[in-house]
Amino acid sequence: MFLNMGPSHPAMHGIVRIILELDGETVVNSEVEIGYLHRCFEKHSESGTYTQAIPYTDRLNYVSPLINNVGYALAVEKLLGIEVPERCKYIRVIMSEISRVTDHLTCIGASAMELGAFTVFLYMIKARELLYELIESVTGARLTISYTRIGGVKADLPDGFAERTKQAFAKTREILDEVDKLLTRNRIFMDRMKGVGIISKEDAISYGFTGPLLRAVGVEYDVRRANPYLVYDRLDFKIPLGTNGDNYDRYLVRMAEMEQSLRIVEQALEQMPEGPINVDHTGKVLLQPAEMVDRAKLGKTKDLLITEIELSPNLQGSDEKTHRVINVNEKRVVLPPKEETYGNIEGLMNHFMLIMEGWGIRPPKGEVYFPVEGANGELGFYVISDGTDRPYRVRVRPPCFQLTAALPKMINGGMVADIIPTFGSINMIGGELDR
Amino acid sequence: MSEESLTLKLLKEQFPDKIIETHSYRGDDTAVVKKEAILEVMRFLKEDPRLRYNFLMDLAGVDYLTYRKEPRFEVVYHLYALEYNRRVRIKAPVDEEDPTIDSLTPLWEAANWYEREVWDMFGIRFNNHPNLKRLLMYEEFVGHPLRKDYPINKRQPLIGPKN
Repeated sequence: MFLNMGPSHPAMHGIVRIILELDGETVVNSEVEIGYLHRCFEKHSESGTYTQAIPYTDRLNYVSPLINNVGYALAVEKLLGIEVPERCKYIRVIMSEISRVTDHLTCIGASAMELGAFTVFLYMIKARELLYELIESVTGARLTISYTRIGGVKADLPDGFAERTKQAFAKTREILDEVDKLLTRNRIFMDRMKGVGIISKEDAISYGFTGPLLRAVGVEYDVRRANPYLVYDRLDFKIPLGTNGDNYDRYLVRMAEMEQSLRIVEQALEQMPEGPINVDHTGKVLLQPAEMVDRAKLGKTKDLLITEIELSPNLQGSDEKTHRVINVNEKRVVLPPKEETYGNIEGLMNHFMLIMEGWGIRPPKGEVYFPVEGANGELGFYVISDGTDRPYRVRVRPPCFQLTAALPKMINGGMVADIIPTFGSINMIGGELDR
Repeated sequence: MSEESLTLKLLKEQFPDKIIETHSYRGDDTAVVKKEAILEVMRFLKEDPRLRYNFLMDLAGVDYLTYRKEPRFEVVYHLYALEYNRRVRIKAPVDEEDPTIDSLTPLWEAANWYEREVWDMFGIRFNNHPNLKRLLMYEEFVGHPLRKDYPINKRQPLIGPKN
C-alpha cells in the first residue's frame, strides 16, 4: 500500500513529503520529496549587495540564525582577506554557541513531544526563552537578527550581559538536568529510540553526513576542531561521540554538546578583552540617562541638573568608541561611526562610497569556500565574486540536505511508528534544506 | 606560491593532460579538470592512500554567462579528507552545446541529491544517474532557475486542479 506522509503533517518539522510503500506496518520502500520551502536564497543574494544578503542568511536555519550570519560574514571576509578584531571574534563565538544551544533544545524538545513526552517540550521551550531573552538584549530580535556585518558585528554586548548570562545558564542547566532525569533512563523513551534509525559508518561517510549524526556513528569530525576559525583554538571543549548510530546516541550527543556549548560561552566571557567604558574626556564615568531619571524620581536631585549624562543618538552599543573594537579598521568595507558620518566630510564621503549603487564592498575577483560548524553539521558558504559590489554566486552547503537524503536508508525495513523518532533526530530544518 | 600542496602535485603527476590549471587562492587548493576525466580523477582522489578524500562535501553548479567566460557552466566539487584533514576544490567546465557530465553516484551516495539539484537549477545532465528528477522545483516547472538568463520575477503557468 502506498501512503503519503504529506507535506502538512503534525510530526513533520516544516514541510517535507515522505511517500511510503507499506506492507502492513513495515516500510518496504520510501521516497522523500522536498522543495516546499524553496525561497530562492541563492538567486536573491545575487541581486543585492553583500550586506543585503545577510537578512537572507538569517532565514536559512531559523532556529540557529546567528551561525548562518557568522558563516556568511566569515566567508566574505576570507574573500576580502581581512580579519576582525579580538573582541568581535569572542562576541561572534558567544552568540554562535548560544544559538547552537537553542537549536539543540528545539530539536530534542520537538522530538520528545512527538513521542508523547509533552512536558519535556515545555521545559525545553522555557530554557529556550531564557536564551532568547539574552539574544534579544544583544541583537534586538529573537529570530531574524541580522547581527553580523562584513567586517564586524552590528553592536557591542550591552552592560550586565555577563551576569545575566550566568543566571540564565544556571537555570538552563537545572532544566537540562530535569529533562535528563525524565528521558535518559526512561523505559519508553529508550525502547523507542534504541536500535532505531541505524546507519553504518561507511554509509554515513558516503552520504556526506556531518555534525551530531556523524558523531553519533563514532567519527570524530567537528569543524571547530578540524579547521578552527575565530577563537575556537583557544577554548577548551570536548567532542561527544556515540557508538551505535541510532537515535538514542544522537539524543545523548546533543545533550552533551549543549553542556559543552555552555562551557565555551563561559570561557569566552572570561577571556574576552574589555570593551570601552563610557567616560568623558577627563576620565570621569558619565551618568546613564535611566539612572538620572531614577534618581530624580527618588528625590535625590542635588546637583542633578549639572551632572553630565551619556545620551547618544546611536543605537545601543554602536557608539564611536565601541565601533572601533567591534569592527575591523578597513575603510573600504565597514561603515564609519555616525559621529564621523555626520561630523566631518571624510566620514560622509566614506559612507557615501559604501552605500551608493555600483560602489560599496567590492572584493577582488575570486572564490572561497568557508566551512562553519552549524548545529546540524558543516555549514559551508561558497562565494564567488566578480569584482563588483554584488556577489556573483552564493552557494550554501546545507547540513541537513544529506541527512534527509539518507532518510529512506534509515527507515526502510522498520515500522511506520519508527519514522517519527528518526525524522525528529535528523533535525531537518525546512529553511536550510530547501533554502 | 613557492610550495604547492601535495594534492595538486599528485594530481598533476597522475593526469598531466587532463588538468587544465591549478591555483591556490586564499589557501583553497583548486584544480580545473576536463569533464571527460572527472570520474577517474575523483576515483584517484578517493582511493589513493596518500590522499583519501572520503567526503564529498559539496557539489554545485555555476553559470558564467555574465562573467563572459567560456565554457558557460562549471560544476564545482568540494572534497574533504578526514584522515589528513585536507580540502580540495575540483572544477569541471561544461559547455552550453553539450551540458552533460558523468555522475559521481558510483563513488559517493551524496552525489545523488546534489546532482539532482544541479539538474533542477541549471539544466546540466548527469550520465548514469539513477534518478535524475527535479528536486526543489515541482515537476511541471519550465526552465532552470539559477541560470543567469532566467529573470528572477518570471511567472510560471499556474498549476491548478483540472475538472
